[in-house]
Amino acid sequence: MTSPLDVTGSAAEAQPESVLAGVGEKTIEGRSLGQIAWMRFKRDRVAMAGGVVVVGLVLLAVLAKPVEAVFGLDPNAFHQELIDPVLLKPKGSFGGVSWAHPLGVEPQYGRDLLARIIEGSWVSLAVAFGATLLAVTIGTVLGVMAGYYGGWVDTVISRLMDIFLAFPLLLFAIALSASLQGGAFGLHGLTLHISVLIFVIGFFAWPYMGRIIRGQTLSLREREFVDAARSMGARGPYVLFKELLPNLVAPIIVYSTLLIPTNILFEAGLSFLGVGIQPPQASWGGMLNQSISLYQADPWFMVVPGLAIFITVLAFNLLGDGLRDALDPRSN
Amino acid sequence: MTAYIVRRVIAAIILLIVVTMITFAIFFLVPRLAGETSTQLAAQYVGRDPSPDALAAVQKNLGFDQPLYQQWWEFAHGIVAGRTFRYGPDASVCHVPCFGYSFKSHLPVWPEITSRLPVTISLAAGAAVIWVITGVAIGVLSALKRGSVFDRFSMGLALAGVSLPIFFTALLSLALFSYKWPVFPNLQYVPITQNPVLWAKNLVLPWITLAFLYSALYARLTRAGMLETMSEDYIRTARAKGLPERQVVIRHGLRSALTPIITIFGLDLGLLLGGAVLTETAFSLPGVGQYAVEAITDNDLPKIMAVTTLAAFFIVVANLVVDVLYVAVDPRVRYR
Repeated sequence: MTSPLDVTGSAAEAQPESVLAGVGEKTIEGRSLGQIAWMRFKRDRVAMAGGVVVVGLVLLAVLAKPVEAVFGLDPNAFHQELIDPVLLKPKGSFGGVSWAHPLGVEPQYGRDLLARIIEGSWVSLAVAFGATLLAVTIGTVLGVMAGYYGGWVDTVISRLMDIFLAFPLLLFAIALSASLQGGAFGLHGLTLHISVLIFVIGFFAWPYMGRIIRGQTLSLREREFVDAARSMGARGPYVLFKELLPNLVAPIIVYSTLLIPTNILFEAGLSFLGVGIQPPQASWGGMLNQSISLYQADPWFMVVPGLAIFITVLAFNLLGDGLRDALDPRSN
Repeated sequence: MTAYIVRRVIAAIILLIVVTMITFAIFFLVPRLAGETSTQLAAQYVGRDPSPDALAAVQKNLGFDQPLYQQWWEFAHGIVAGRTFRYGPDASVCHVPCFGYSFKSHLPVWPEITSRLPVTISLAAGAAVIWVITGVAIGVLSALKRGSVFDRFSMGLALAGVSLPIFFTALLSLALFSYKWPVFPNLQYVPITQNPVLWAKNLVLPWITLAFLYSALYARLTRAGMLETMSEDYIRTARAKGLPERQVVIRHGLRSALTPIITIFGLDLGLLLGGAVLTETAFSLPGVGQYAVEAITDNDLPKIMAVTTLAAFFIVVANLVVDVLYVAVDPRVRYR
């Protein structure tokens, strides 16, 4: 799954002659793994583009409320005067695009689409980041334990992952988020919906992370530097945190970046089915859900949230693929 | 080999039992975590302003007054050996496999599910045929012509394919090909026994939509696998001993690149057979997935238990078949 993003040809190959040639003129500086990865990543223009979009999206999501305030965008203001009362679709072409409403307005109620997309961005990213953090934490802790300790610990954790993978996840996620809608754990409204989604998605995504980390730990455990540390008297926690974990940082970063788009799609899917984020809070999946009954009146309406999800997920995928190529020397 | 299969079947059955137990526990515990008593639970399934007697009767009929393990045991017993329900003087026998009666409509659950299975199977199987052929073919060609225009184009398309939410592509294809240019107007499921031509015609859009996502995924996986395999030493050996390139690619390259794809295919198909929830919802196909969403929004426990058990069954069976096939296909895999 590497190309067309990875670097091919002479650029990818080590050039010992040129390194030797430089010896006389300037001092050679050692480069850390991070520096090497950053150098490779900078050369990958597609991944850089993905990264720039991701940074922009994260900024937009974090600053959603101030941005709305500054530009006077209200995601929940009805503009009935912009809607054709018979056809329910916005007046004008392309879903009522105008200077005041650059992405048009929603059919039926006339709420501003740009405002709702911005509003949906922070919800989407908050859920995706939260769920990824949860999945990565559980997956890494259990994966490292299974890989490092082996024996019955490995058996228990591996069977647990098997059971999770045998669960019809989507059904569970739907059911859990549906039955917790009313209020639970002393939470209500939007906070509840976001926490439930983070919990449900994160809780079901960890086994994928766990398997990867377990595999990596298994092969790292047998490496010479671990033997060396042990022979010098290092014990369990030291080997775990000082020897193994630093070597696991690269796969953790790569697979977290690739897990985020999956979780964005998962959240959008649940909201699309009506069990995720609840109206009136704007969410991308929820907007697509509305458009099931409205696409005949106004096809433009579904294109806007659909493209928002697509661009976001694509950017994270590009960034993730690029990071993997940059951090994993085998990929070239 | 037989001993291996038997062991795997037993493990699969245990896994299924654990899954149903956890499902049962979750759906009983979650409403209680949210602070509902069993009387309040029962109240959902009676009319408005029920009398305490009626409530108690429902609570008893639905078994809410029994401990959790007892309720699970009766559920499991019903699937394997049937179950008899007593409503006052009447007794109704629910035959194997008994998933009980819907709390809301009081209809038996299993016949409802079996009537919806053909829809989901038609959708999943048709899409699977398309995505395996196109996905693997594109992946192999991309790997063989690495860096070519074809490779770049198809991998770009594949990346777009895995980044598009399926419910968006579904709605988009509906808006374009069913409404704007009505090539496939009035999409609704027609059983294959009734009219095979209409059956296929009305499923073309759902098939292509579903297959687009999976083709993209499989093309990426196949390409990566193929690139890795073709750089192996035994491929060089095969070339060195003068085999025609065609044989090198098909006999030596493809065969080993495809084994991991088979695993993933089994899992994906198993997952879809348990209900292609998003696709069915977007295309309003009356399959198991739609039934599941219905069951969950109605909070109808017997229906929820039935669909999750069925879905878990498909996943576990698919896993089992894949593992057994693996041993048959790949001589390097030794069974323990």
